[in-house]
Amino acid sequence: MMNDDLIVAGKRYNSRLLVGTGKYKDFTETRAAIEASGAQIITVAIRRTNIGQKAGEPSLLDFLPPREFTYLPNTAGCYTADDAIRTLRLARELLDGHSLVKLEVLGDPHTLYPNVIETISAAKTLVKEGFDVMVYTSDDPIVAKQLEDIGCCAIMPLASLIGSGMGILNPWNLQIIIDTVKVPVLVDAGVGTASDAAIAMELGCAGILMNTAIAGAKNPILMASAMKKAVEAGREAFLAGRMPKKLYSASPSSPTSGMIERID
Amino acid sequence: MQIWINGKQNDFESEKMKIADLVGILNLTGKRIAIERNGEIIPRSLYAETLLKNGDKLEIVGAVGGG
Repeated sequence: MMNDDLIVAGKRYNSRLLVGTGKYKDFTETRAAIEASGAQIITVAIRRTNIGQKAGEPSLLDFLPPREFTYLPNTAGCYTADDAIRTLRLARELLDGHSLVKLEVLGDPHTLYPNVIETISAAKTLVKEGFDVMVYTSDDPIVAKQLEDIGCCAIMPLASLIGSGMGILNPWNLQIIIDTVKVPVLVDAGVGTASDAAIAMELGCAGILMNTAIAGAKNPILMASAMKKAVEAGREAFLAGRMPKKLYSASPSSPTSGMIERID
Repeated sequence: MQIWINGKQNDFESEKMKIADLVGILNLTGKRIAIERNGEIIPRSLYAETLLKNGDKLEIVGAVGGG
């Protein structure tokens, strides 16, 4: 296929699947699943270090070295703009000045629905401070456009609630966002299985970020491979341009002439 | 002196302790961490020269699995 890289904040990636690193059985499984997914951008959370740990205790970074992957530190668990900003400043220090980040500010612990007011506020500060902000948001097209106008480098609406696996619940809103926003639009949250990923990509999403759909599968490594294929298939179908839907006019694929004669 | 580390109060005998000293005491030397003191990031390059003050509140973080 022609060169069809995902470009985020000026950098090219040949995988359009971004994956999280949470909820796996152990670091070995995390590594194997991420390799099977082909993802180049991987999200990590920033948390208090376990004080009093043993000197040789393995860490996530030992299994997924930052030289092999593009780290996308997130603000998962933050409920205010202030906490999200502090978390990403710490992430930038942690990752040696790395500026690509995922902003998410939650509004409710039950649904994990984003608080777009706090998200917009945090995005303004982070963009001013030189961060490349990939932003998790609701599927509200007006909010998505505002976040683009602030200077976010990618808009990442939910397809359904984080970790729900409910799939693409409002393709129409996603379509409006894809049509109105110029920066890449990635579905973040809600994908449950491979067909969900393909549907999002067929709509014209630039990519998909997922975690639970892979980590929560019975066989995470096989599901990671399935997601890789689904994202690629959906992307190719989008680029190919699907045939128009014709509800009442069937059209045979084989010639209508040259049929053998009917015996009366 | 008293230092708050990740929400817990810690007492140290030394009154002249630098961030690098504390990182050593906590077995974190060479680990990939980031430190915030009283809301301000302390860059790694300044650990060796930054003196801690009584009552400082530190957040010491690392990267963990997440989505």
